[in-house]
Amino acid sequence: MSSQEIPEKNLPSEQDTAHGAVAVAEDPFADPGLPPHKPRVQDIDERAAKRSERTVALLFTLSMLSTIGFIASFVAFPVEKIVYVWPLGHVSALNLSLGVTLGLALFCIGAGAVHWARTLMSDVEVADDRHPIEADPVVKAKVMSDFAAGAEESAIGRRKLIRTTMFGALAMVPLSGVVLLRDLGPLPEEKLRHTLWGKGKQLINMNTNEPLRPEDVAVGSLTFAKPEGLEEDNHEFNNEIAKAALMIVRLQPQDIKDKRELDWSHQGIVAFSKICTHVGCPISLYEQQTHHVLCPCHQSTFDLSDGARVIFGPAGHALPQLRIGVNDEGFLEALGDFEEPVGPSFWERG
Amino acid sequence: MSTVTDDKRKAPAGERVADWADGRLGIYSLAKANMRKIFPDHWSFMLGEIALYSFIIIILTGVYLTLFFHPSMNEVVYHGSYVPMQGIRMTEAYASTLEISFDVRGGLLIRQIHHWAALIFLAAMFVHMMRVFFTGAFRKPREINWLFGFLLFVLGMFTGFTGYSLPDDLLSGTGVRFTQGAILATPVVGTYISFFLFGGEFPGHDMVARFYSIHILLLPGIMLGLVVAHLILVFYHKHTQFAGPGRTNKNVVGMPLLPVYMAKAGGFFFLVFGVIAAIAGLFTINPVWALGPYRPDQVSTGAQPDWYMGFAEGLIRVMPGWEINLWGHTLALGVFIPLTLFGLVLVALAVYPFIESWVTGDKREHHILDRPRNAPTRTALGVAWITGYVIMLLGGGNDIFATHFHLSINSITWFVRISYFVGPVLAFVITRRICLGLQRRDKDKVLHGRESGIIKRLPHGEFVEVHEQLSRQELHTLTAHEQYAPAEIGPSVDENGVERKVTRGQKLRAKLSKGYYGEGNQIPKPTADEYKEITSGHGHH
Repeated sequence: MSSQEIPEKNLPSEQDTAHGAVAVAEDPFADPGLPPHKPRVQDIDERAAKRSERTVALLFTLSMLSTIGFIASFVAFPVEKIVYVWPLGHVSALNLSLGVTLGLALFCIGAGAVHWARTLMSDVEVADDRHPIEADPVVKAKVMSDFAAGAEESAIGRRKLIRTTMFGALAMVPLSGVVLLRDLGPLPEEKLRHTLWGKGKQLINMNTNEPLRPEDVAVGSLTFAKPEGLEEDNHEFNNEIAKAALMIVRLQPQDIKDKRELDWSHQGIVAFSKICTHVGCPISLYEQQTHHVLCPCHQSTFDLSDGARVIFGPAGHALPQLRIGVNDEGFLEALGDFEEPVGPSFWERG
Repeated sequence: MSTVTDDKRKAPAGERVADWADGRLGIYSLAKANMRKIFPDHWSFMLGEIALYSFIIIILTGVYLTLFFHPSMNEVVYHGSYVPMQGIRMTEAYASTLEISFDVRGGLLIRQIHHWAALIFLAAMFVHMMRVFFTGAFRKPREINWLFGFLLFVLGMFTGFTGYSLPDDLLSGTGVRFTQGAILATPVVGTYISFFLFGGEFPGHDMVARFYSIHILLLPGIMLGLVVAHLILVFYHKHTQFAGPGRTNKNVVGMPLLPVYMAKAGGFFFLVFGVIAAIAGLFTINPVWALGPYRPDQVSTGAQPDWYMGFAEGLIRVMPGWEINLWGHTLALGVFIPLTLFGLVLVALAVYPFIESWVTGDKREHHILDRPRNAPTRTALGVAWITGYVIMLLGGGNDIFATHFHLSINSITWFVRISYFVGPVLAFVITRRICLGLQRRDKDKVLHGRESGIIKRLPHGEFVEVHEQLSRQELHTLTAHEQYAPAEIGPSVDENGVERKVTRGQKLRAKLSKGYYGEGNQIPKPTADEYKEITSGHGHH
């Protein structure tokens, strides 16, 4: 695999080169050397050079004026002032004026400097020699012998006990750092398998914060629900809703193709986890005619009339269904927790 | 200095300061090597500068933002000046982002400069990398600098991601959820990594604080070190240059750092900063106030990551939802394969210089850039990579294309699935043909000159176009490139008739080498003999 396997003759030869080489009559492609410098108009006409100087100075002056404009805008425009500017629409007057003045102040410095360099500074090209990056053999030999001397003096080669224990110590000491990372978080245990749902928990309408009755759920509507007792000001609200979010639709019972789905429904009302089984976005698009729901993040599509199986997109399995019924007061309630973990797949899911 | 009495002239103040510094830092030796250092000129060499300057702009504006941003997930009820959000529960991170945007004068501008500069930083690095790739500037001795640049690009992606996640708004939270879902799909350790990263279940209460320290300290610290190392190596290796009269592999032709590049490069910093500031003043980026704070049960349609994460988004969107359940475990291939591909697509970039140098077996230094046409296979591979990348970028925006162009999302997804495999192959074949065509045209120009557009009528009535000979400079420029001969395995028996052992590696290399440099895969450049035969006027015109 080493380079020696490719014979030197297979490598192309570098074109002959020396800087400023005089063309050899035999080789029409030989390097003719650096072409002569072509003077710019500023190099020969002092009036043109003066014009360039004035342009550069004008740009620098514009920059100063813009900075003053920036400070003036900062003082003059109240932060909440909104103005209509075509074609941008309604924008913050302060943000617009600060951005434009700062942009101009900076841009003019740049434009001035570049114009100065291009028109007035020398544009004669100069050649500089390169030197090989690799050290020459003498230097390398010196380094090798220095290293050998150092290694010899330390006796790291002979005193194997020292060497081995030192490597052992150095290899082990980072373990402390790894161990310290342990308390970054709790172990997963069974946390991903359980949600706040449980037997007898009422389904609370996410919008009205009221318990849902079957008659509240109309055919063709999509209702979002949370478990009873979970309030927004709860410290763990986000962690819990990330698993417990529920979507409820009412189907005609004869439209439900999946036997278990029908058993777990109540008068055609079915409740499924709102959290996509792909990577966990909340599903929120519902197509009434087909009973398909679509995750707006990655377009996984589930058929709610057929056990919420995946009919398109990257999700790997159906949405978990929540078994629901009606309690004595006529409110919808859960008949238990989800029977399988909600949300994205994970290694221990099984 | 005061003891030197015989020196009548008192050195000017600047010189005395420089003397003082030289006595302690040795600045004169440093300046001797670098003050008039020569840099070659080409527009494409500015791309890296754009990346460098936007990085500096990001650091400057980022420091300002830390003065106002509260990296905390403590919940507050908003009572600030942005009316639509009043009375809404949100994290302090989100509330302080609203404050920066609506109450701090100039805060919105700096936030938008920061975000725009990040987008431009990544784009500039991407295009700069393409420049380096297509001109072969990654060859020895610059392979390590290629790796530094590659790391900067990858770290830049993650710094960007952790950055836009900090405001804890609905859009960014959705992106974090996606990342957490992807982490969960990692076999064996995924669940643990997720719990450790988020301090428990998603979203937890630690994410913003942890992302904050990663975003403002850990990653930018590493990147700053890499940027410095990258620049030191650019200085040390001296810049590459294109072939041309007087430009060889042993010299560098251009203009000196002081004053020309000091003015040009320094001025260019202000140009980049000025343009980004103006963009930030004119165009809104990431209006975190539009959608509200993050809630795991809410989402908007048309959710998109920043552009540099778009290809990862595409991979995750178009992958079929394969899942294997065995022995009580779940392998979510539908998520894990995109996650792996995301890494592989990037690693392919990192290792390419080493693969090419293995195929060529060339261990010499290269300071003369290739024109892309003169390395057809490399160019075609690069275009194929970009094609795959862009197709996945399209896949990441499949919902946007579907709604804007009234297309079926299912057809777009299938189109992306198929063209991810077909597109790069097509791009490879087409690019190589174009390169070979351009090589042929160059050869033609060298041998027959340039078409002058002048039609001449010969005495016997024939019309011919007068061709104008190229100048010596042009002839040299068009023939200066090197051409490799394909590596051969050699005879299967050695000189003593003993069977030689040919390793599989050697066979593979011979095959690849043929693919790169074999007959038909590059056009032999014109030789001096061909040129002389044609130009000596033996009726070839």
